Amino acid sequence: MSDLWLFFTTHRQEILEAIRQHLLLVGISMAIAIAISVPLGIVIVARPRLRALALAVANIFQTIPSLALFGFLIPLPLIGGIGARTAIVALVLYALLPILRNTYVGLTSIDPAILEAAEAMGMTESQVMFRVRLPLAKSFILAGIRTATIITIGIGTIAAAIGAGGLGTFIFRGVAMVSNVVILAGAIPAAILALLADYLLGFLERHWQVR
Amino acid sequence: MPEPASTAMPAIEFRNVGYVIPAKEPRSILNGISLRIADGEVIAILGRSGSGKTSLLKLINRIHRFTSGDLLVTGKSVSDWDLIQLRRGIGYVIQETGLFPHLTVRENVSLVPELERWPEDRAHQRFHEVMALVGLNADEFAKRFPRELSGGQRQRVGVARALAADPRILLMDEPFGALDPVTRAELQQAFLNLARRVSKTIVLVTHDLREALLLGTRVVLLNAGHVAASASPGDFLKLDQPAVREFIAASELRVGQPA
Repeated sequence: MSDLWLFFTTHRQEILEAIRQHLLLVGISMAIAIAISVPLGIVIVARPRLRALALAVANIFQTIPSLALFGFLIPLPLIGGIGARTAIVALVLYALLPILRNTYVGLTSIDPAILEAAEAMGMTESQVMFRVRLPLAKSFILAGIRTATIITIGIGTIAAAIGAGGLGTFIFRGVAMVSNVVILAGAIPAAILALLADYLLGFLERHWQVR
Repeated sequence: MPEPASTAMPAIEFRNVGYVIPAKEPRSILNGISLRIADGEVIAILGRSGSGKTSLLKLINRIHRFTSGDLLVTGKSVSDWDLIQLRRGIGYVIQETGLFPHLTVRENVSLVPELERWPEDRAHQRFHEVMALVGLNADEFAKRFPRELSGGQRQRVGVARALAADPRILLMDEPFGALDPVTRAELQQAFLNLARRVSKTIVLVTHDLREALLLGTRVVLLNAGHVAASASPGDFLKLDQPAVREFIAASELRVGQPA
């Protein structure tokens, strides 16, 4: 225990830098994943074929073991290679499904009486979407973002395997050195980040709950 | 639209309307419906569940589309109406109210005027008018959310919302169905006051004979997708068609022997 504390104090600068890198990886990945999933979720509400395809593809990404996915991406042109860019692509692919699925479920699990009233009032389809469905789906979408963020923080540690930096750097180094202390120097901050994200996003989610 | 001088144009006219749900095994819901509903009439559509009364209502604002015959709203077939314009001219009240839970009372009520881009002061004034019509204090309720209202209050707001854009026609589907008997009687009285003051064409669907007789200026009985009877509330109880007698008997409403 005291070893661990000693490691934290002597490597403070290094650990903080790893946290910064990790947050950057997660932040950028989440921003991209949200920018893809939420609009896609809106689009698939009225398009059953595209919906089946989009959900299936997002599902497949989720089932690929993360280390393997990183490996698959390295040889690809443009999005591949060694470093943060490849890691972000992989993290985005993992974050897609929870956000997409929750967006879709949120948009479609609205009380039929409310939708009927909106329709009967002469709201156009886009008015129903943006003034009724989307506001009522907010907390669902946020729940998806929360799940995706936690997944991304965890899987983000593996990004160090392809040279993307972040808290995984300590974990891989610790494994190589057979040193629990070094592993924990990466694992503990990662766990704390995940808990913090869970708490903050959970708070927002409850705040936005309408029903 | 100029009206012919001799025969006033009905607000709503069903001309031998049929409605079949298209499916592998098509289901016929309504058959040979012919009804002329004059401006300002309050038609109570009576029938047991499955009689097609809700479907009939939904044909008028084209939530369902009739499959044969023709259905005219202010002289124009609903098929020829611009869907949005048709619906914005028809208020719609349902049992579960369908109030938007994320909007305040004020935002719910003023939604259609806002979509129609009414100027702010006119929308504001109209909000106060319709709230007064349904017997709610506009300032007190403006900022409340639907979840903060009682069932009766929600229903009143639902009616206020339907009236907000001053539609000529009001459709109501079991509007008082989900309320306790006392609140229900209260709202029926409020409805009568309101109907007298607004002079709208109102089509009200109910399974409750007492309610139909109380609120309608005319009662129409639907039975298995057909119009079984159409009469004033006073005459309705005297009709001797089997379907009417049967419905009255089933309603356990003890009335004196018809003369």
